[in-house]
Amino acid sequence: MRSDLNLMLAGFGGQGLLFAGKVTAYAGLMEGREISWLPSYGPEMRGGTANCSVCVSDNPIGSPLILNPNALIAMNLPSFDKFIDTVVPGGTVLVDSTMVEKTTERTDINVFYVPATKMADDNGIKGLANIILLGKLFKEMQFCSFEALMKGLEKCVPASKAAMLESNKKALQLGMDF
Amino acid sequence: MAEKVLMKGNEALAEAAICAGCHHFFGYPITPQTELAAYMAKKMPKIGGTYLQAESELASINMVLGAAAAGVRTMTSTSSPGLSLMTEGISYIAGCDLPCLIVNVQRGGPGLGGIQPSQADYYQATKATGHGDFQLIVLAPSTVQEMVDMVFLAFELGEKYRMPAMLFSDGLLGQMMEPVELPEPGTVKVSDKPWAVTGHNNERTHNIVNSLYLEPDLLEKTVRARYERYAQCQATEQRCEELMVDDADIVLVAYGASSRVCRSAVVEARAQGIKVGMIRPITVWPFPVDAIKKAAGHAKAFLTVEMSMGQMVDDVRLALDGARPTYFYGRTGGMIPSPAEVLEEIKKIQEGI
Repeated sequence: MRSDLNLMLAGFGGQGLLFAGKVTAYAGLMEGREISWLPSYGPEMRGGTANCSVCVSDNPIGSPLILNPNALIAMNLPSFDKFIDTVVPGGTVLVDSTMVEKTTERTDINVFYVPATKMADDNGIKGLANIILLGKLFKEMQFCSFEALMKGLEKCVPASKAAMLESNKKALQLGMDF
Repeated sequence: MAEKVLMKGNEALAEAAICAGCHHFFGYPITPQTELAAYMAKKMPKIGGTYLQAESELASINMVLGAAAAGVRTMTSTSSPGLSLMTEGISYIAGCDLPCLIVNVQRGGPGLGGIQPSQADYYQATKATGHGDFQLIVLAPSTVQEMVDMVFLAFELGEKYRMPAMLFSDGLLGQMMEPVELPEPGTVKVSDKPWAVTGHNNERTHNIVNSLYLEPDLLEKTVRARYERYAQCQATEQRCEELMVDDADIVLVAYGASSRVCRSAVVEARAQGIKVGMIRPITVWPFPVDAIKKAAGHAKAFLTVEMSMGQMVDDVRLALDGARPTYFYGRTGGMIPSPAEVLEEIKKIQEGI
């Protein structure tokens, strides 16, 4: 049986965390797995911290609220501080090191510091640090097939913004190559 | 079979209502049901339906009364404080024997409370939604798919018993996305409504929709007749899901979002060798009394888990009538219990039985 993915994505509203979560969820759906996607909502979405829990499993999902993720994408300092100690031992953590200068002292988790925001800016795909980090997460965890991930991405980029699909694919590749 | 899509509970519910032939929506915005009204605002004009943002919840529910009296499928959606404002109108709708759909995407209370998920409106939904003797049919979804399926059920049951029906959701179910299969259009069962106040070119006697009876004996007779329908509804429409109840020593009772937490706790407890099951009420009115009584035949104790200070637990106690000990665990104010907390309660009970 494939292992469950319990992914927490956290950062500022506007960094595309909910979108990256949706791509992950759709990738799981493409493989016929059980999934849930739960956003934080309310005033914090407007400029404060936003986060999103995504579960991908072969079993029906009980509580969709992830308290102890086995994967964390942290895109700002408050999120890093809030969630780094909640990750289960052996979990995988992706930190946007352009936004978070800190490192963790934990040695029981796999942490990758990716300057995703800078990479996005340097490559002319400003605003796609979220997808760069997702690409890196995919490379490290292989939580679905590459085909499913691409299909998930295609499902999430609306037809009216088809031009964005290529830059999203470029972002994924940048993350996977990091 | 239609392709599964990812949708938020609120949006899926809205789409399902349109598929169910509900083309008349009246409401007033409130978090965390906003996406539902927003979806309706976008969709209704395209299909020739009505989306009307009224000046208040009071106005919305009375517009629903008017549309329901005319015999169309109609609905409103709100969240806890808004529902409180609607209660007068809901009582009038019940007093007029009109079917309609009322959605409550619950948030923390009392007062303005908070905007995070809650289940603290159970008493309001099942015991005293407004003044007078009356009940609503109250359906409690626990997945986004059920948010869709229960819209159809709510309209069907409401029309069958001529009662307003409530979809009793919460912020967690409204905001989360899950894969969902939407129904094929054109599969809707809409019952005849010979009582509707519609134009008829003097070809029949006038229909009157009214809740005012100044003669007390006539009012009593009307209420009693209504309660006969309620009794029939209670006898035939109790619905629940049973999860590993057959050999369970401890039976959890939970609905909606908290039942999802309990599901995780039950699976974990079973993995640790504790015989636990769960009864998940799907209809919280009529409450699944029969399933609770049946489980009391072999279960040693019951644990009700809610996102409130303990409301449904009273219905569990009434159903058990002292036959088995009943425990309660709850979080409130927008806090969601964790599976670990529920497991801890299960273990405490396990030690005592």
